[in-house]
Amino acid sequence: MSKIHVTTTINGDPTEFLCEADETLLDVLRDRLGLTGSKEGCGTGDCGACSVTVGGRLVCSCLMLGAEAEGQEIGTIEGMAEGESLHPLQKKFIEHAALQCGICTPGLLVAAKSLLEHNPDPTEEETRYWLAGNLCRCTGYDKIIRAVMDAGKDMREAS
Amino acid sequence: MHYHSPTSVEDAVKVLAAQSGDCRILAGGTDLLVRMRSGLAEPDAILDIKRIDGMRSITREEGGFRVGAAVSGTEMAEHAALVAAWPGVVEATGLIGSTQIQGRATMAGNLCNASPAADSVPAMVAAGAVAQVAGPNGVRDIPVAQIPTGPGKTSLGPGEFVTSIFLPARPDRASDAYLRFIPRTEMDIAVVGCGVSITLDASGTCTEARVALGAVAPTVIEVPEAATALVGTPLDDPALSALSAACSAAASPISDKRGTVEFRTHVAGVLARRAAVIAKTRAGAA
Repeated sequence: MSKIHVTTTINGDPTEFLCEADETLLDVLRDRLGLTGSKEGCGTGDCGACSVTVGGRLVCSCLMLGAEAEGQEIGTIEGMAEGESLHPLQKKFIEHAALQCGICTPGLLVAAKSLLEHNPDPTEEETRYWLAGNLCRCTGYDKIIRAVMDAGKDMREAS
Repeated sequence: MHYHSPTSVEDAVKVLAAQSGDCRILAGGTDLLVRMRSGLAEPDAILDIKRIDGMRSITREEGGFRVGAAVSGTEMAEHAALVAAWPGVVEATGLIGSTQIQGRATMAGNLCNASPAADSVPAMVAAGAVAQVAGPNGVRDIPVAQIPTGPGKTSLGPGEFVTSIFLPARPDRASDAYLRFIPRTEMDIAVVGCGVSITLDASGTCTEARVALGAVAPTVIEVPEAATALVGTPLDDPALSALSAACSAAASPISDKRGTVEFRTHVAGVLARRAAVIAKTRAGAA
């Protein structure tokens, strides 16, 4: 069967790829485009390790077909740092030791960035609810929440 | 597998009519892709409705709202007028899954997935919502309550799909609420869900009510006896007790890992009372 030709934008770069009809966006990102920052934890939308943004909306890339990316603006963890300069959230995750094994980290960073874009001054409760779809089996979440709250504070002061 | 993404309802109907194998409708995909992943669904084709005109928009119609079949929970929550008119429907849809799921999941998909525990469905049934269905015989409107016929089963015919959900106009002093019981605070499937929609007159007397329960029967059920218990009352304590009793009496749940028959039956009454109180407050009762 012929593959589907998809034209899209990923982290601001115009991108084209060929994929099978039943291939998820996550599989396309990882296996066809070499963007392996997005992780597959569960493959069923429960863990959030594959979080990306599509048209500014946070979604699980495992629950979206690659073909659906046609004409969309996709944002992945690879677009977060600017060159060698880490995003404030990335710096705060390191500072607060908000990761251990690191599998959940890209998804959490993408989700946290999306939170702060929608709500630059979230309460801790709002932060915990927003990140409820990102599972971490190592840290117990407190350090992650502290890192996000702290990054939000710095970003507000810097703006 | 083939992937179709038509741009009009007419083309979609033609594509569906031309299918010989299993063709599934893709809106948000948050149920369909999970089923495909687990092997529960192995479609020969997928028809993505998101490029069809109107599927992604919320429009005013006859004082009410027509919500396209591919409108996500997040998009509903961002629509201030919809939230003001139908807060219960929006909060029910907003309970489905995480932020990520909310970015994609739709009311129409929640309806057509036909889970007895679907959160948005009791709220839609209480709202008197009407699904618009397109198919080989044209377009028809059907009450949302008549779409699910059992777990995972719908009344949709071959080649038919839901194109929008219509939420009717609201008079003054009318509102709704949805509550569900889950053993945690987020990210779970309803053990029981209850939607209540009411209209009050100037004196605070209930003139119209609709009550629906989820996860206590093979489909979401409307409970007319519960509505009868509210109409003509100021939603005072005796009326709320009668509402509770009617909901518990209407519940015919199963016992499973999430709850027993006894627990679900009891909680159906408790949630109905609490949801009615919220709806009453939202409707502006003193």
